[in-house]
Amino acid sequence: MVELHELTRNYGERAALDDVTLTLHAGQTLVVFGPNGAGKTTLLRVLATLLRPHSGTVTVLGAQFPDDAWQVRGRIGLLGHEPLLYRELTARENLRYHASLHNVEEERVEQQLAAVSMTGRAEEPVRTLSRGMVQRVAVARATLHDPELLLLDEPYANLDPAAIELVEPLIGRESGCTRVVSSHDPSRGLAESDLVLGLRAGRVALLANATSVSTNAVAELYR
Amino acid sequence: MSAPFSPPSGKTGPHAAPSRDVHARPGGAVHAPPRTAKVLIALLRKELLVELRTLESIPGMSLFAVTTFVVFHFALNQDTVSGQEAAGILWVSLLFAAMLGINRLFVADADQGGFDGFLLAPVDHTALLIAKALALLAYLLVLELIAVPAFGLLLLGPPLGQALPGLLAPLALGDIGVAAIGTLIAALAVRTRARDLLGPLLALPLLVPIVIGCARASAPLFSATRPAGPPLRWLGTLALYDLVFGLIAYAVFDFLLED
Repeated sequence: MVELHELTRNYGERAALDDVTLTLHAGQTLVVFGPNGAGKTTLLRVLATLLRPHSGTVTVLGAQFPDDAWQVRGRIGLLGHEPLLYRELTARENLRYHASLHNVEEERVEQQLAAVSMTGRAEEPVRTLSRGMVQRVAVARATLHDPELLLLDEPYANLDPAAIELVEPLIGRESGCTRVVSSHDPSRGLAESDLVLGLRAGRVALLANATSVSTNAVAELYR
Repeated sequence: MSAPFSPPSGKTGPHAAPSRDVHARPGGAVHAPPRTAKVLIALLRKELLVELRTLESIPGMSLFAVTTFVVFHFALNQDTVSGQEAAGILWVSLLFAAMLGINRLFVADADQGGFDGFLLAPVDHTALLIAKALALLAYLLVLELIAVPAFGLLLLGPPLGQALPGLLAPLALGDIGVAAIGTLIAALAVRTRARDLLGPLLALPLLVPIVIGCARASAPLFSATRPAGPPLRWLGTLALYDLVFGLIAYAVFDFLLED
């Protein structure tokens, strides 16, 4: 499903990802820990085809990047720091726009709005919604086309406990998707992961099955 | 897992749209990549909705053009202008007004994640080029609906009515060229830190031939003594220039979107 071999990605002289190698099987969840600037977001953007790997090999859903990246467009759902929503458009207009790009039926838009409990605010411009509401619409956007691979960058940021419960069927374990999740929350992250990756300055500092990783080991990454 | 998409028949490589074969995962939905026309309509609709809600481009462009005519009126210390002088003033004003729209063309996409949202979808990237160029064309059309009558009212000596039918061809060819070059340069500049500076610096040299062609084609229409139709030589030059830059934009636009 996801195979990285000696993946390196630079920003100028600095290596944001350096020699990352791992394999994630279908249906599994990889949780990525690491302090700010460790390379978590860069890893997700490379997997989403938005950044090119500078060396090493990246194979996602059977396609090797960057040459065959076009094969997986439409099969990946990305929930990043930016909601990828136009602020002047309403939640419904944003979802309809993305539905057109992914050839998804209009009924699916209403289903998604209902799933994140945003039907009542769907006609309001996104710029007028609270951060938590925007994040809920972003979850609806990221899962609108029923992706096979979910890339989630701190997905629960800005969400209250009730909202987390609401989006769990879409982006949680029960979604059935293969997931790569970046997190700063060791207990939640370990609870929902099969494989744990710890990054520090772009290098792999920890890579192990979740059952063999303690919260202390994760906390050590931040020291 | 074998790749469920076969290479597309048109553009190939990492930037091309997947073929219209369907893909699915067990228990998941089945979605064929959308038709380019459907994507184009969605993009264009989004562009116009955002502009209608923000009014960031068209009012600024129109106000700039009308203000420029007023400034020319006082700077030249003339009540009216005609011939080549009139054509030059009209096209230079329209060009700089268009630059305002060009500079704003991709700002919402760059600042609000629109590029990423688009790149994640299984669509032909050329649809974005065409939608943006059509949106810019629409802005230019509205600009000219305001600026050309204002020019006739504030500065032009000969009656605008007699020049108007002949002016349509230079306006159309000029707009197409500005839309093609403007969209290309805007996509290039928007991802840089100095986008407000880089856009005009790159676009203006490429747009100068359009201003020359349009001004030369329009000058006989504004003649005070013996008005004539636009010279076909200049219309042909403009059409050729539009075609060349349309093809260049088509060829390189994908590479501007990618990392």
